[in-house]
Amino acid sequence: MTSFDAIVIGGGHNGLVAAATLAKAGRKVLVLEAAADVGGAARTEEFAPGFRVSSIAHVLNRLHPDVIKTLELEKHGLQVARTDFMPTVALSKDGPPLVLHGAYGEVLTGSTPSEQSAWKELRAQLLRYAGILKLFLSRRPPDLAGMSLKETAALGQIALALKKLGKEDMRDFLRVLLMNVADLLDEQLADIRLKGLLAFDATLGSHLGPRSPTSLLGLYYRLAGETGGAAGAQMLPKGGMGAVITAIRSAAEKAGVTIRTAAPVAKIIVEKGRAVGVALDSGEMLRARTIVSAINPATTMLDLVGPREIDTGFVRKVKNIRMKGDAAKLHLALDRPPQFSGVDAAGHKGRLVIAPSPDHVERAFNPSKYGEFSAEPVMEITLPSLSDPSLAPAGACVLSAVVQYAPYALKEGWDAGKPKFLKAIMTQLGTYAPGIGKSVLHTELLTPADIEARYRMPGGHWHHGELQADQMLMSRPVSGWSGYDTPVEGLFLAGAGSHPGGGVSGAPGLNAAKRIIAMKG
Amino acid sequence: MAQATRKKPVSKTADAATSARTAAQSHFRTLRLGTPFQPRIDALARTQDWYNWAGYHAPHSLWDEELEYFAIRSQAALFDISPMTKYRIEGPDAEAFLDRVTLRDVTKLKPGRVHYTAWCDDEGFVLDDGTLFRLSPTRFRLCSQERHLPWLLDSAIGFDVTVEEETEAVAGLALQGPTSFAVLRDAGFAGVETLKIFDLAEFPHDGGIVTISRTGFTGDLGCELFVPADKALSLWDRLMSAGELRGIRAIGYTALNRARLEAGLIVANADFTTAEHAIRADRLRMPDEIGLGFMIDLEKGHFNGRRAILEARAKRKLRHVLVGLEIEGNIPAEHAIVYHKKHQEVGLVSAAMWSPMAKRNIAIASLTRPYGDTMVEDLWVEIYAMRELQYQKLMKRAKVVARPFIKLDRRTANPPADF
Repeated sequence: MTSFDAIVIGGGHNGLVAAATLAKAGRKVLVLEAAADVGGAARTEEFAPGFRVSSIAHVLNRLHPDVIKTLELEKHGLQVARTDFMPTVALSKDGPPLVLHGAYGEVLTGSTPSEQSAWKELRAQLLRYAGILKLFLSRRPPDLAGMSLKETAALGQIALALKKLGKEDMRDFLRVLLMNVADLLDEQLADIRLKGLLAFDATLGSHLGPRSPTSLLGLYYRLAGETGGAAGAQMLPKGGMGAVITAIRSAAEKAGVTIRTAAPVAKIIVEKGRAVGVALDSGEMLRARTIVSAINPATTMLDLVGPREIDTGFVRKVKNIRMKGDAAKLHLALDRPPQFSGVDAAGHKGRLVIAPSPDHVERAFNPSKYGEFSAEPVMEITLPSLSDPSLAPAGACVLSAVVQYAPYALKEGWDAGKPKFLKAIMTQLGTYAPGIGKSVLHTELLTPADIEARYRMPGGHWHHGELQADQMLMSRPVSGWSGYDTPVEGLFLAGAGSHPGGGVSGAPGLNAAKRIIAMKG
Repeated sequence: MAQATRKKPVSKTADAATSARTAAQSHFRTLRLGTPFQPRIDALARTQDWYNWAGYHAPHSLWDEELEYFAIRSQAALFDISPMTKYRIEGPDAEAFLDRVTLRDVTKLKPGRVHYTAWCDDEGFVLDDGTLFRLSPTRFRLCSQERHLPWLLDSAIGFDVTVEEETEAVAGLALQGPTSFAVLRDAGFAGVETLKIFDLAEFPHDGGIVTISRTGFTGDLGCELFVPADKALSLWDRLMSAGELRGIRAIGYTALNRARLEAGLIVANADFTTAEHAIRADRLRMPDEIGLGFMIDLEKGHFNGRRAILEARAKRKLRHVLVGLEIEGNIPAEHAIVYHKKHQEVGLVSAAMWSPMAKRNIAIASLTRPYGDTMVEDLWVEIYAMRELQYQKLMKRAKVVARPFIKLDRRTANPPADF
């Protein structure tokens, strides 16, 4: 039997990145994926005959450049070109939409000249500040218990970058850091469509409304991502998100990684405080010096390791990780491309956002606090088959949308609530794309409960833990254990539940692998 | 006893409403609870010398602390331990649960046995020490100084076990001293003489059950008895009347505290600060730092604090040590500072006395390593002796000695002596 140096649990993109990075450093690595295929929530899947869609993550906007470089993803088929950058369209019921072109609105159209210049200034400021936070993405969070010289030096670089902003900017950076996004937007912008869009982007994927304290951080997190070297840029990968996975998988296999699918792990075997292997659902046991879990941190520690092998205080912390998702995913198979009012052909290939104002986003958020879905949901829509016809039969169209707010713990239960929520979504869609309902051939709505079951994401939360100030950096996944290692020796966490968080970035996987290599694990 | 807190119906007049509200909030009228034995203790409390033990009023002394101490050593002393925190831990996973929470190997604790143990937080700092009674294969009683219900409940996640506090429901007595087993026999607890040290057994009492264990906190022959609260007074009366001719006396904590010091036993939040009570970071203590390192069992499965304890041992991060001291002279060195070469401060005495049994001036002290550990020579304590409104500073030589300071054969003799 082949023996492995490292076993990676979970063949999501972070698991594959961690595996490939470890293999490139000379380790024999086995990836165990529970599902029939790798990719996790970044797969391309057929949801109706002839219709394929990016399953959960549908816009590529933060695949970390270090991941692309380390894994040489371009050699493995990943293509990123400036011409692929897609615009963002803030849909409007009455009048023409507002469009952010290029990398997150290098050019703004559909607004007044004064708003355009206000946006230019705000955009520059947001990117400057996000640029500081960006430095944290590709390294371990600062370790309050003690840092190596190298880590301290890296932190020094960040301090230097902060200082380089200049006194006024640095003060302002610190002033706004934990603000709510709505207040900041009110300081600088006037157009409620633009403000609505930014409010939506700041709160997408989190249990926050634009007026919730710290909601601005979500926007920084988004803008700390880059594509093709341009901060905030976004694209639809050809072939769907699964194509990115194919490239990462190819890099991993080239580096010698063995991948086993349909091999769910039942247990991490711990002997005398050290992880020594895994037991599969089938009963098969596999041993390795290093176990890397790229699945949810709570599932890892509470289900696979189990409370008996860890300390009570740590169990408490893990149980307290908030991870109840609020985002649903809608897939529509349409017999023809929809027509969103006032949007041109280029716009239809972009990211279409329904978030008419910050107040609208806030009102959509409010019911979710009490276990109810939004009556008028906000959403980001893509029509991936327009730029990649292979995703739908000729003449037909795929619609993929992330819809908020759909609280995981819906009071009435999702069995009863799902048809009602779908109706609310279709009504909202019909307002912006009249007649769209009549062209629907097939509908797939994934609530957080569905996402949890299908993708093994507790709470259906794509970040595997709310990405809010108290669950970021040295507090992610839990305070005291943010550096990818765990209290169980030889067991490391490498998924989105670890710093820096979710989205198709590969950063947690890469950082974890670097940590393991540094520890000679 | 607990007062009724149910709200009374709102009255029509403002006065009636006010008095109803006052009556409903009468908890403050009983600032310190009485134990189930309170009527008997109150009747004997000639000194009215009370202190607060975990929210209960408990006697420091009842009539004469000196004579109460000698009741322990030469007769039979009855001490109310009802305020001690007690947890009932039951279920198929009770053993595994306690093995994870506490330091010692619970799988080695057989039903009908008791052991002294301690438990730690994630950082390996001691939360408390206490005694664990195994009442059956699946039922335990954990007794401790401090309260731990949230910690125990969170520790129970993933175990098939229930944890309930039974401090109020179960009354406890310690019966200690050379005649204690004779008293038990005379009281009609047939077969009690078969109990070996740390054994426990159940006996019928007043239509119920009393659990008697050959345990105690005095280093002497003795036992502890646990009964449902409603059988407390009849148990007290049964023991007092049976013990009359064997010199049985009710005692307060001062006497017990002397006996425990002679026995070299430590008290949480007196000889060390428990982790959840410590405010200052350097007051936290690992088991190895308070003489409880012997409890740590690295061969058993995982237990709370294991990783931190191993790391502290490996990286030599243990900074303190708890030692027994013998001090020249006869002035108790209570809370005296310990010096090396008479000038370098190296620790503090937490308990001290002139021991009538050992005929030595003894103390328990916490020292900063390496003092007390590898460096045990040239240690001194500075005693401030108050003599007619003037401190006389005495620098006395201290020698690190083994605990216990006294060892009484009668404590473990089988069968127990029948005075």
